[in-house]
Amino acid sequence: MDVYSFLIQLLNGLQYGLLLFLVASGLTLIFGIMGIINLAHGSFYMIGAYMAFSLSSLTGSLFLAVVIGIVLSVILGIVLEWALFSHLYNRDHLEQVLLTYGLILVFEELRSLIVGNDVHGVTVPALFNWSIPLTDTLSYPVYRLFMSAVCIALAFLLWLLIAKTRLGMMIRAGASNREMVASLGLNINLVYRLVFALGVALAAFAGMIAAPVSSVYPGMGTSVLIICFVVVVIGGIGSIWGALVASLLIGLADTFGKVLIPEAAGVTVYLLMAIILLWRPEGLFRRV
Amino acid sequence: MSEAILATRGLSRRFGGLMAVNDVAIELTRGRLHAVLGPNGAGKTTLINLLSGELAASNGSIHYKGEDITRLSPDRRSRIGIGRSFQKTNIFPAFTAFENCRLAAQSREPRVASIASDAAAYPPVREAALRALDAAGLSARAEVVASALSHGEQRQLEIAMVLATAPDVLLLDEPLAGMGAEEAARMVLLLKKITPDHALLLVEHDMDAVFAVADRITVMVNGQVLESGSPEQIRASPAVRQAYLGDSG
Amino acid sequence: MNRRKIALLAVLALLALFPFAGATFYTELVTKVMILAIFALSLDLLVGYTGLVSFGHAAYYGIGAYVLGLMTPKYEAASLWLTLPAAIAVAGLAALAVGIFVVRVKGIYFIMVTLAFAQMFYFLFHDTEIGRGSDGISMNFKPTAEIGGVTPFDLGNATHVYFFVFVILILVFLFLHILLRSPFGRALQGIRSNEHRMRSLGFPVYRYKLASFAIAGALAGLAGYLSAMQFGFVNPELLSWHQSGNVLLMLILGGQGSLIGAVTGAFAFVALQEVYQSVTTHWQLLLGATIIALVIFLPGGLASVAGRFKRKLIGGPENE
Repeated sequence: MDVYSFLIQLLNGLQYGLLLFLVASGLTLIFGIMGIINLAHGSFYMIGAYMAFSLSSLTGSLFLAVVIGIVLSVILGIVLEWALFSHLYNRDHLEQVLLTYGLILVFEELRSLIVGNDVHGVTVPALFNWSIPLTDTLSYPVYRLFMSAVCIALAFLLWLLIAKTRLGMMIRAGASNREMVASLGLNINLVYRLVFALGVALAAFAGMIAAPVSSVYPGMGTSVLIICFVVVVIGGIGSIWGALVASLLIGLADTFGKVLIPEAAGVTVYLLMAIILLWRPEGLFRRV
Repeated sequence: MSEAILATRGLSRRFGGLMAVNDVAIELTRGRLHAVLGPNGAGKTTLINLLSGELAASNGSIHYKGEDITRLSPDRRSRIGIGRSFQKTNIFPAFTAFENCRLAAQSREPRVASIASDAAAYPPVREAALRALDAAGLSARAEVVASALSHGEQRQLEIAMVLATAPDVLLLDEPLAGMGAEEAARMVLLLKKITPDHALLLVEHDMDAVFAVADRITVMVNGQVLESGSPEQIRASPAVRQAYLGDSG
Repeated sequence: MNRRKIALLAVLALLALFPFAGATFYTELVTKVMILAIFALSLDLLVGYTGLVSFGHAAYYGIGAYVLGLMTPKYEAASLWLTLPAAIAVAGLAALAVGIFVVRVKGIYFIMVTLAFAQMFYFLFHDTEIGRGSDGISMNFKPTAEIGGVTPFDLGNATHVYFFVFVILILVFLFLHILLRSPFGRALQGIRSNEHRMRSLGFPVYRYKLASFAIAGALAGLAGYLSAMQFGFVNPELLSWHQSGNVLLMLILGGQGSLIGAVTGAFAFVALQEVYQSVTTHWQLLLGATIIALVIFLPGGLASVAGRFKRKLIGGPENE
């Protein structure tokens, strides 16, 4: 593999990892703060992608679609938390798993009813629809660089939130304890609702910006969910930093794995997970 | 003169910047009860966790019957004869008192291969459980579901379970916690009864109980051993009085 | 004989007589339910008695099915007596292999990694040629029960299959009943109740969990084999997370931690599925909504309703 091919794969791996981080950070946030395992988290990614498709077809602009999509996903998150997830605090894992499994079924069927089961493409916005030439034959799509930039920006904002706000302090303390949160002078219901909405929005947004690159297809929710699980297992649940490191690790391993050993595509991720389970079962960044 | 069955050397445990247990040397001898006293945060429970294997030592070593067991897992330590009771009652709430002890006794004789027989019927394990219940004074309550027992009875069950594992060493973490005077007195009698056949480590806050049963007392403050000696020595020690016993000493 | 045993025998008698009363369609339907009941029982060992919530149990179900699919020759029947033990063994070994990794973690992590490994198997069968890809395998012949020149029953006959599965269901039920009251089974229940204390008492908890995981996987493989035998084809959807989710649902419906509950849950699930499928092609929407409603409004599952009803009817405590 020459330098430029390597560079391309490196950038791809990082971009994939950063995208994963957006989704995984939502998952780990929701679990870290609220103690809920949400199997339907992948569905938000899928919903984001399908929203990007339908709304950009409707409005003709991906940008507009994303903006509307973010608003819609925040609303969705608030409604879901209020109607369903608020019942799950302090319930056992089996019940959480089942309810969110039921939710996946509902989302998948609704999507099937509303938009159908076809695979769709979303065009890259004209602004980013060009490539940076690397050699005579190789070039790198600017849109992917844009995606990575956006993810990095969001990761930075997330860091600001976690490190510099009271809400963030609570997240860092791993507080899934309602009394403790209330004692910090925060309205617990509001906090949970906002955190949940944030998680949903992050996943949906990731789906939206990924749509032009990965296309929009029915199984995308489940695929990303499984990978997110591996991210969380490797990075340690409740740890945003761990989610970032693990996401990048997986992004790179998966990308290079697919290029170097195409027959074993996708298995690198599971291999990584197996190794971590043997070596450090609590994850790389264990929350004490 | 019997030698130490369990001994530590320079035992330490660090949590970030805090030395929860610092360079502790302690010895347990068969037939003797060694009590550990100290204010809250002195590191007493951490010490027990280090000895039972729930926490790994940052430094130092633990020797049991001549062997270095510092790296052994908790279940291995239990199997070689180090039993431990918990400060916060740690039983099987949905099982009867008998089943709690039977399961504990089963750990000595798992007989995994005999998957066809009814576990509750196997005589050796059954009898070990009944003996343990009897020693703890719970024979009459054997068929009661553990969650339905009174707090004091649950503390007794806590001890009975450890006894059912026929250990050589008993690490007891505040067995009298939350007990009324009468129950505490019963527990003290129990401790006296079992001391001759075991090496006991007792962490306790109840002063009267400690001075009634201890053969040796170690006082810990801030993770370190302040003083160690006979009950009389400790009672008379000015350092201990200042650091811990205070005015009520 | 107490009332519970009488009720149990009555149900068994009903099941035994059923094929003679109804049409072949219903015989095959109840056969399908009994196979799912075996699947549910296998998961109950893990979830209800060892306390390990696995969201990837369908992997071993599917592996058992694929063993039959792969061992069945194109132009003749495979031997039941060869393929059935093989399915159980392979599924059990697969579970053992995965268990070595997943049993190291608990709670949420365990749910996630079991799902992840199950997806790995799913993709293995779906994307590679090992299982002939996403189309699966069609078997031209049902396995033959011939042994020593004698064919005691015909697995192409719906009634024979019904009783064959019925007997296996009873055997699995008895096996688990005996296992659970043995020292091994008691230890598993101790682990579910208080794993920390079990370790402190000297039990090598990892080994017990691993064994439970492997046995549960082997039994799931048995159920998968029977399913493949009944339908004559296998495809990767047998290993999908839908399947894993559905079998968990059966436990909730029937009440986990009860062998009878697992069987009841299987019946309840299929009943629900049949009703919903007759109403709309988007029946999963109804199923999903039902599950959500169940968790929110009936946290004890149908078992809590059924439990109260059962107790009024036949008396006895809620647990086995």
